Amino acid sequence: MSIIVGEQTKLAVSGLTGREGSFHGLRNKAYGTDLVAGVTPGKGGQDVEGVPVFDSIKEAVEEAGANTSMIFVPARFAAPAINEAIESGVETVIAITEGIPVLDMLATYWKAKEAGVRLIGPNCPGVLSPGKANVGIIPAQFFDPGSIGVVSKSGTLTYQIGNELKQAGAGNSSIVGIGGDPIVGSDFIDILKLYEADPETELIVMVGEIGGDAEERAAEFIASDISKPVVAYIAGFTAPPGKQMGHAGAIISGSSGTAEAKKEALEAKGVRVGESPTETAAIAVEVLRSL
Amino acid sequence: MDLLEYQGKQLFGRAGVSVPDGEPARDVETAVAAADRIGYPCVVKAQVQIGGRGKAGGIKVAKDAEEARAHAEAIIGMNIRGPRGEGPFTVHEVWIEEASEIDAEYYASIILDRSAKKPLVILSRMGGMNVEEIADTDPDALVRRHVDPTKGLTTDEARTIGIDAGIDDDVVDGVAEILVKLYEAFAANDATLIEVNPLIVTAGREVVALDAKVTIDGNALFRHQDLAEIADTVEDPQEAMAKEKGLTYVKLDGNVGILANGAGLCMSTLDVVAQAGGAPANFLDAGGGSKAEAIVNALEVIKSDDKVTAILFNIFGGITRCDEIAKGIVTASSQLDLDLPLVVRLDGTNSEEGLRILAEADLPNLHQEKTMLDAARRVVELAGGAS
Repeated sequence: MSIIVGEQTKLAVSGLTGREGSFHGLRNKAYGTDLVAGVTPGKGGQDVEGVPVFDSIKEAVEEAGANTSMIFVPARFAAPAINEAIESGVETVIAITEGIPVLDMLATYWKAKEAGVRLIGPNCPGVLSPGKANVGIIPAQFFDPGSIGVVSKSGTLTYQIGNELKQAGAGNSSIVGIGGDPIVGSDFIDILKLYEADPETELIVMVGEIGGDAEERAAEFIASDISKPVVAYIAGFTAPPGKQMGHAGAIISGSSGTAEAKKEALEAKGVRVGESPTETAAIAVEVLRSL
Repeated sequence: MDLLEYQGKQLFGRAGVSVPDGEPARDVETAVAAADRIGYPCVVKAQVQIGGRGKAGGIKVAKDAEEARAHAEAIIGMNIRGPRGEGPFTVHEVWIEEASEIDAEYYASIILDRSAKKPLVILSRMGGMNVEEIADTDPDALVRRHVDPTKGLTTDEARTIGIDAGIDDDVVDGVAEILVKLYEAFAANDATLIEVNPLIVTAGREVVALDAKVTIDGNALFRHQDLAEIADTVEDPQEAMAKEKGLTYVKLDGNVGILANGAGLCMSTLDVVAQAGGAPANFLDAGGGSKAEAIVNALEVIKSDDKVTAILFNIFGGITRCDEIAKGIVTASSQLDLDLPLVVRLDGTNSEEGLRILAEADLPNLHQEKTMLDAARRVVELAGGAS
């Protein structure tokens, strides 16, 4: 097995007729993902290299059997496109677009929750299940099938760690980029739950970065609910302190959001934290071999 | 994007929230003229996008024109650091405001709560400078209430918040009305933070916002022309140049110029350079899908910092194509007369094509490395150690 995307995935790409959308959508298809439809309002009836294009995601669901939607449309049109996907009947929506207004995402987040649709992103690289399916912009050639589940806020940092794991001879069950925006559809805890339940995943690598308190909350959850070993990496030890406007941020999170605070929170719960992507991959491989 | 206090107050004013009369001024003469019009006593307030102005001497009461002049002279041009050492921020503008007679100081804020995925209203009858300490030592003194973003904040809910916070009976309705208006302003302007500290009750028992901290979501500026026009004051010349070119750049103190794609990889690159004994000169995220031109721009910004003695490119392509990066490096080298040592590590989408382009160009100052750690060690060596 794997999580979120796999052999069962039937993908519809919103924005397939655009430059980036076609480049990555067709790359996903070439990897073996079952790309069943493109969606662009007003371009229904056309095709992109043999992939039929529909006017709406609902048509892609009804006529092409799509169960997963990938959103690749420009930021100012992206939230309505995600909302359309949530209402279309797909199970999973993966939003790659970056720069979506956060209050739009707030409304969209609750819409997805109420509809029971799994939303990944926005501003994320997507989900790859090596050897099965790739939905998004993750360069799949740097990942092999295997038993390490990766969940990350950062795209490029994930490729870096995946590549190091591959060179060390380890592979992945899935790689999930949750995105670094203030409001994302799924956070570390949502994905940790899926990996805990996935029989193919033996170890989890979690990649975080400064800001917010998602890593601190994940540390608590790992201690209470995750039986599989977790190895973490946090970026941003030498980043300049972000300036803080007012007191409200500190009042609600009770956390400084620094890399050091996140590392301490994770280590306090027994999670090993690597100093660099390279060391993180080395620890993950060492722990995996000792299982 | 953070607004200055007076820009926030102007936004409050448009939303129907009472604020003291005032005028902005960028020089001493304008400040004194504003003070004369407003009348004395008045307050001269430094306008910088950071808290802690009062403690830093950036807020002074003037009882006549002579004092207004002296305060404006002292405050315009002063440097203010934030409570956590942020900055320094140079004061380019002051806000001259009528003095207020204060009966009580409350604290009110609305912030996007990332964990709960809802806006959070915080209200306290103990406003003023030490609200974070109060949150720690006496958490019950702060009432926190989430708002359903699909429904907004009703007057009844706002009244309940006021009553629970122990607001004086005679001003509960006034405070509730302001909370509702602040929430409307929050939603209508795509704010992620609105903080009023203090929210005062005047001697005449009127509720007035005496300060304003407002952060607007930069991603939503396309639908707020008025706010988009308020240029974020960027002071550092490199940062101003980067902003103009649409790059995310933060200047640091070291001598190793850094360019990476993606904020996470860029932060990680700073960390490994520091671990290798180097001192990063900047954070520069070239962003997803960078084209050759963006790379030329990025190199121009990095190079314009005289401290930089070597530059590290750490690229792992996803949406970014390595061939575009390579083309950018080659173009920049000839356009910018770049003779600083460049350490380049390219991996990911189209990396073979990128490496081929670099090999063909055969630049004398270019050093290729296969791994991130080797690249970090190499650039630190070429930069001549930490400055």
